[in-house]
Amino acid sequence: MRRGGPGRVLLYLALLAGAALALLPMVWMISASLMKPGEAMTYPPKLFPDEVTFEHYRSVFTTLNMRRYLLNSALIAFTATAVSLVVNSMAGYAFAKLRFRGRDGAFRVLGAGLVIPAQVAMLPLFLLMKQLGLVNTYWGVMIPVFASIFGIFLIRQYATAIPDDLLDAARVDGASELRIYRSIVLPVIAPILATLAIWTFLTTWNDFMWPLIVLSDEAKYTLPVALANLSGEHVQDTELMMAGSVVTVVPVLLAFLALQRYYMRGIMAGSVKG
Amino acid sequence: MTAPRGAAAALLAACAAAALGGCSRPEAGAVTLRFWGMGREGEVVAELARHFERENPGVRVRVQQIPWTAAHEKLLTAHVGDATPDIAQLGNTWIPEFSALDALLPLDSFVTASRTIAPEGYFPGIWKTNVVDGALYGVPWYVDTRVVFYRSDLLDRAGYREFPRTWAEWRAAMERIKSEGLARYAILLPTNEWPQPVILGLQAGSPLLREGGRYGAFSGPEFTRAFEFYAGLFRDGLAPSVTSNQIANIYQEFAAGTYAMLITGPWNIGEFRRRLPARMQDKWATAPVPGPDGPASGVSLAGGASLVIFRRSEHAAEAWRFIEFLSRPEQQREFWRLSGDLPARVEAWGDSALIGDAHARTFWDQLQRVEPLPAVPEIELIVTKVFETGEKVVRGGTPVPRALADLDADVDRILEKRRWLLGRERSEAGRQAAEAR
Amino acid sequence: MSDAGRTSEAAVSRAGWWFIAPALLLIGAFFFLPVLASFLLSVTDFDIYAVADPANARFVGLRNYRGLVQNPVFWTALRNTFYFALVGGPLTVAVSLGAALLVNAKAVRLKGLFRTIYFVPFVTTLVAVAIVWRYLYHPQYGLLNYALGFLGIGPIDWLGDPRWAMPAIILMAAWKNFGYNMLIFIAGLQSIPDELYEAADLDGAGPLRRFRHVTLPTLAPTFFFVGVVTMIGYFQLFAEPYVMTSGGPLRSTTSLVLFMYEEGFRWWRMGAAAAIAFVLFLVIFGWTLLQLRVERRMQRP
Repeated sequence: MRRGGPGRVLLYLALLAGAALALLPMVWMISASLMKPGEAMTYPPKLFPDEVTFEHYRSVFTTLNMRRYLLNSALIAFTATAVSLVVNSMAGYAFAKLRFRGRDGAFRVLGAGLVIPAQVAMLPLFLLMKQLGLVNTYWGVMIPVFASIFGIFLIRQYATAIPDDLLDAARVDGASELRIYRSIVLPVIAPILATLAIWTFLTTWNDFMWPLIVLSDEAKYTLPVALANLSGEHVQDTELMMAGSVVTVVPVLLAFLALQRYYMRGIMAGSVKG
Repeated sequence: MTAPRGAAAALLAACAAAALGGCSRPEAGAVTLRFWGMGREGEVVAELARHFERENPGVRVRVQQIPWTAAHEKLLTAHVGDATPDIAQLGNTWIPEFSALDALLPLDSFVTASRTIAPEGYFPGIWKTNVVDGALYGVPWYVDTRVVFYRSDLLDRAGYREFPRTWAEWRAAMERIKSEGLARYAILLPTNEWPQPVILGLQAGSPLLREGGRYGAFSGPEFTRAFEFYAGLFRDGLAPSVTSNQIANIYQEFAAGTYAMLITGPWNIGEFRRRLPARMQDKWATAPVPGPDGPASGVSLAGGASLVIFRRSEHAAEAWRFIEFLSRPEQQREFWRLSGDLPARVEAWGDSALIGDAHARTFWDQLQRVEPLPAVPEIELIVTKVFETGEKVVRGGTPVPRALADLDADVDRILEKRRWLLGRERSEAGRQAAEAR
Repeated sequence: MSDAGRTSEAAVSRAGWWFIAPALLLIGAFFFLPVLASFLLSVTDFDIYAVADPANARFVGLRNYRGLVQNPVFWTALRNTFYFALVGGPLTVAVSLGAALLVNAKAVRLKGLFRTIYFVPFVTTLVAVAIVWRYLYHPQYGLLNYALGFLGIGPIDWLGDPRWAMPAIILMAAWKNFGYNMLIFIAGLQSIPDELYEAADLDGAGPLRRFRHVTLPTLAPTFFFVGVVTMIGYFQLFAEPYVMTSGGPLRSTTSLVLFMYEEGFRWWRMGAAAAIAFVLFLVIFGWTLLQLRVERRMQRP
């Protein structure tokens, strides 16, 4: 076993250096949000505030109306997550375990869709939303993300491991397919459902381009769109913008930290077979 | 493992309740006007709206602020998506475009019936920018033009008590400032802004577009002369090759002597007063833009914004009342006091505070010599191409004649649809005339 | 098969269609249909005039595509997108692999903690961090130039110099995205059986040779998976240039998607924008095919 002392020290040093680099922008973001106006853009640059002030957070929630954007983001992210769990898990399970004509053909078409970037669809999708009267509505933002090819693939891959005998036995007992799905399948695929839920929540919360296009009413803006809007106006107000960034990043970071085990496990499990 | 999903559902319900609860419940019969304002005007109009709401119980005005950088695309997107507000502040160069899209409500009937608004009360050149094909689409709200803001103390030390009035003098002054080290750069001309090269082009007598706005005129002699002057300022180190994004704080840099001159608009009167330190307040002044051959040729942009009502608004009557409110001379003066934007209403200028303000007087002076941009819907795209051409020359090193020839080719391509539509209209009209005979 | 068996098959088949129906309908209506419409749009001159009145749209064949070929901004956008993907992609993958090797090393305790820390940047909202990095990149007051100053490197105008703007975005993208690929590499590394390492040890191989002859070959499929996924994502570069540089300076950070957004949603030249979208699709499709072919070639013994 060639595990020398100096090798170990170097390893830890490298890890710590990496951790510092990974976290430094976040640390500065939080730090600058607590600085007095003008303090963040000085020479030499400061890493920590001389005097902590919460005035920017006050501004952000009063004059800048961030509470509203926070609620919008939360509403959209939670709803999209809930619906996508149902829609994608049903489809993923069906593709994995239910035999029906055209199944493999449909699956291949979906797979082809993975190569098509979402932006190709955006222009006509906007016009379609206009016809449906959904421009500038929450539904307009959410509906395109309810079903996701990636999500279906994720569920399907996991669901293929469900033993067929389990399902057949239930069928022999006279259970309907829906009942089987609810009582047997869902509990078994729960871990990947957790991964999908977190992934959907993350991507919907962080989504930028589509809400930017669809929403014109500022009262409906999600956090990323509002933040981009504000950064155009307030480019001079560094500390204020940092407070806005913190408010945008913290919720999703907390959600991730709370549920990271499931998320990371899911990604890693999915990839080994990939 | 249903904990995450259960928690998610609970949170979702809570948020939905909070969101719905957060929506203000409209009082029965109350009308809410949605108003889109840009930049500083958006911030200020909310205050004025309070007075309006007090005078008009039952009408609420909700102001949404949009940064100027995103305003054009947000307005267009809103129009396409049927999500336009009731009223908006619209730059008057955009009126031809939005009227061509049938987005705006014609206001002639409102104006005829109005006791407060009449065309005679406004700067004639400005009122005209709101009339397209004989119909009025906007009421001028504030006027805008560009003048030079400069460090009077540095110009003084360079030997210029009065600001230069011709291009030759102007250049000499800039060279003096640079050579005597009075400022790092003589003038700040952000390369991503189109008004500066366009103003110079207008001053040199260029029509910008020719044949009724069907083709570009940028490779013509007038614009070429102006553009050579513009590019020369960068080439000789009198202006830094930077975009507006690269300057963290223009006010800080002005105070620090990084540059001595800036071509900008009336909103900066208020901003300079607010953001420059107290010791700088007696060290800056304004002057009309020098022309190639003297003051008379020193024209500037006939800019400004109008108040427009969108066709799809369901509250046109109340929206008009808000426009009338904002057009009252006292409201125009109050608006000026809050934002530094100059009243479009000539009567409001009678205010001694306005006329007494030296900077406002500079703008009054300049407003006597303003030129509008060509009234074609594609103008916004075309002027964007102008500053991009500027960047190609200033930062990319392309020689001016080739850059302008490329610009004209580009502009001609942009206008192709317009030429086709106009041609179709003309043959349509010809056919109808022939049938009538 | 008995009657009961056949009905059960039919029941399963019916259930199968019902189960996939919502997803298929949503994806069909809100993805595939618009994608098809996009290809149709790309052969018309649909613009803002046409939005007002569809009669103002004309079928123009390949004119939009010809216009793109003649438009220097298109080539710039194409070049920038490839620059970002071909430099940023391998860089991100290399950093991910390095991080994975570090975190996964036997001697390391607190693996979970470091793994989480390295993953944090991936989770953050792109717009928010783009704004933070815009300040970090400030030529005078930004932390990066300050730190570089200690190494004796003069201040770089990261977002203002056309030569450095794209590298600045690449650096930020690598920082933001390496965590995701790191996880996949860790999973891959953990799946390498210990026996392979022990056999190499017995042959007297040092750590470097172990890496080359055991780790890399076994990781090859993971490599390609990570590579394909990363590249597809990177070809779609949009938010960073939109927030940090508006596609400048001098168009040096205008990506294909940003160009498409400008043409489509700023100027409403939807025919032209749809043509750009189709080009983007071709680029991604073509590149993925290429990568797959290379992988297949390399896997042949």
